[in-house]
Amino acid sequence: MTSESKKHQYSKNEQVSHIDKPAQKVLVLFAHPAQASSEVNLHLFRDASATSSVTAIDLYHDYPDFNIDIAREQQRLLDHDTIIFLFPLFWYSTPSILKEWQDLVLEYGFAYGQGGTALQGKKILCAITAGGKEEAYQSDGFNHFTIRQLLQPLEQMASITQMAYIAPFALFGSRTAQEEQRIETHRQKWRQLLSMLVNDTLNMSKATRLENLADLCTKEGNS
Amino acid sequence: MTGYLLQAFIYLVAAVIAVPIAKRLGLGSVLGYLIAGVVIGPLMGLVGDETTTIQHFAEFGVVMMLFLVGLELEPKSLWSMKSKLMGLGGLQLGLTTAIITGIALYFSQPFSIALTIGLIFALSSTAIVLQTFQEKGLQQTEGGKSAFSVLLFQDIAVIPILAFIPLLALTELAASTADSEHHESVSLVKGLAPWAYGLVIIASVTFVTVGGHYLSRPLFKFVASSRLREIFTATALMIVIGIAALMGLVGLSPALGAFLAGVVLANSEFRHELEANIEPFKGLLLGLFFITVGAGIDVDVLTSNVSLILILTAAVMLVKALVLYIIAVVFTLRQSNKWLLTLSLAQAGEFGFVLLSFAAQNYVLPNDIIAILSLVVALSMFLTPILFIIFDKVVVPRYQRNGKVRDEDEINEKGTVVIAGIGRFGQIVNRLLVANDVHTVVLDIRSEQIDLIRRIGTKAYFGDASKPDILHTAGIHDAALLIIAIDDRDTAADMVKYAKHAYPDTRVLARAYDRGHGYRLRQLGADFVVSETYHSALEMGTEALRSLDIHPFHAERQKMAYKNIESKQNDVLYNAWVDDASGERVDNNYLKLFVELERLIESALKEDIHDKHSKMRGWTPPPKEHSEKLHDEK
Repeated sequence: MTSESKKHQYSKNEQVSHIDKPAQKVLVLFAHPAQASSEVNLHLFRDASATSSVTAIDLYHDYPDFNIDIAREQQRLLDHDTIIFLFPLFWYSTPSILKEWQDLVLEYGFAYGQGGTALQGKKILCAITAGGKEEAYQSDGFNHFTIRQLLQPLEQMASITQMAYIAPFALFGSRTAQEEQRIETHRQKWRQLLSMLVNDTLNMSKATRLENLADLCTKEGNS
Repeated sequence: MTGYLLQAFIYLVAAVIAVPIAKRLGLGSVLGYLIAGVVIGPLMGLVGDETTTIQHFAEFGVVMMLFLVGLELEPKSLWSMKSKLMGLGGLQLGLTTAIITGIALYFSQPFSIALTIGLIFALSSTAIVLQTFQEKGLQQTEGGKSAFSVLLFQDIAVIPILAFIPLLALTELAASTADSEHHESVSLVKGLAPWAYGLVIIASVTFVTVGGHYLSRPLFKFVASSRLREIFTATALMIVIGIAALMGLVGLSPALGAFLAGVVLANSEFRHELEANIEPFKGLLLGLFFITVGAGIDVDVLTSNVSLILILTAAVMLVKALVLYIIAVVFTLRQSNKWLLTLSLAQAGEFGFVLLSFAAQNYVLPNDIIAILSLVVALSMFLTPILFIIFDKVVVPRYQRNGKVRDEDEINEKGTVVIAGIGRFGQIVNRLLVANDVHTVVLDIRSEQIDLIRRIGTKAYFGDASKPDILHTAGIHDAALLIIAIDDRDTAADMVKYAKHAYPDTRVLARAYDRGHGYRLRQLGADFVVSETYHSALEMGTEALRSLDIHPFHAERQKMAYKNIESKQNDVLYNAWVDDASGERVDNNYLKLFVELERLIESALKEDIHDKHSKMRGWTPPPKEHSEKLHDEK
């Protein structure tokens, strides 16, 4: 009940302050090779598809043979303001097609290097699900590194392509999220995040410094 | 001769005019035929006494229909129906007979007459109900299946009833030797001892089942090898008529025999071809039968007893519907299915006519009663299409809003794939689909091929997939996909054209012989076209590159590059082809066109090879001096 009214209050605020700003365009690049067993990511992908000003791309659907169309993908990047990698964490990194996508699409002269300024000023973030619990992703935990530390190659990719790197939007313990009924809350946060990105109301100074962007979504709602 | 032609012409004209109109008005073909009959019979007096004779001939349509119904039912599924058959059917027949007999007794009819009336009215019309189910696609619903169980039980029950009625004879038992004017004028079993009669029946049923299983295949193969379509039709007719005749000879129901033969042949690879051949005969004969029912209405009797007949008809239908509703509740049929069973079987049927004339010959019923009862039977048949309209317009909308139970019923029939041609190409396609639990219907015109494929466990059927009726019986109207993998180029093109025209919602995947053929298929509406040699040639080319010590991944990338160019150029080439071809596409022009196309694609490929940037694209390292620059920037 309370969360409902909070949400309402929130959306009212954004309407008032950003009424004449054109909507920001968000590109969600979804990478999941085993969608039949997906319990969280597929929901997030569908939510994204249903949001206006958000383009949701299923990379494994478009390139089942990894034959990625470089020109087409570069055009997609040019057409959007925010890029989101949506994926389940595989061996502390992205599923392979998303790595292939980086290797092919982020070309010299396009994304970096001489004349490579196409992505300058865009925002990028990772929306991930991790099987391990949040406690495991600590320097003294089972995985020895925090999620932000583990994703540092992507953070540096953002840096070299001159994009603003936003903290990962993470769901921990995702294998039991369904049983523990945590998915619905996470989806609400996700939709909230998308709408903040579209309306350009995300508090960037906070969002870039956080460990987990999902925390911001609740706090933002609280304030 | 001219007389016959004139008669036939009158019947055909009536049908041709009335049936399409009835169909367009949503009344169904059965009501159309009935109305046609009334118009040419009682109304205009164009046809007369011969209708009864024609009716007996046309009843053969019912035999054919049961043969076709049998073809749809595999022995396994028939066996799984057994409890439904006995339960539903037995209960319906028993209860209805008892109640109607009771009512007749109440109106002080003698017991023998009352019981005969009860039996006559307990039967429903297989012809109308199954025909309507087929038209409306209701066979696979729970209600449809239940109704079919009841009808099948009734068809079986007719045999003992025919044996039983003479025992009720009012005057002389001797009359029981009189033949019914039906098909049994010749009988093998007349005067046999009961045990011998039993043996003959067992022997003939065994002959139909075993013979159908073992003799039919070599026979069909022999006939199929002649490649004469009309001889196949003749064979199909020969089998149905032969079985009907055999059953008649031993005093069994021809309809039941044909049904049995149909079940035996349901597993046969010739099933769809048989269906396609018998179907038109069945349709025409049944139509003729319905016309004769309409034409046979006796206006004099009707006008002098109009209120009595109307009340009787209403009472019969009410009692039957009530019994059916009770059964539907007992057997826990859900929602609209309950009403389908109740409404669909509330009429008296064609077997009612048979029993009436049989009862007349055996002096069981007096003639004045028979005249009235005949009209009641006919009238109730006349009202059945109206009950179906009520079902469509009132019952279905009511339950559709309350959920989608009807959809669930039909799910198992959806998503099938029809594969035309099961040669080297079709086999691979089929194997992949079957391994993914996709239900496929495989058709091929070569019976040797079918034989071979069947031996390795694939369900394949003999049939010419380029014939619309075969595609229809293979279920193309319900299929999600049609895959065309046949050798003959023109036939493949014709099939694409027909399939996209008649079933625009069915996706058509077609194999092309070469590029020109592929474009032709695409132009005709194929949703996906692949040249039969394209992928294997690419694979071979890639292997050649690998054999020349080119790195396997590089070779793979070259293949991908080829594919990319090909698919990018494909639309351009296709449009050029369409433009070129729209003028005049005759065979000598085609070769020129093809050479032109080859030149186009070759130049397109070469262009791309020289265009370094696009070909070399992918994992391009930054320039050598890049890291130095990074250093400088720091």
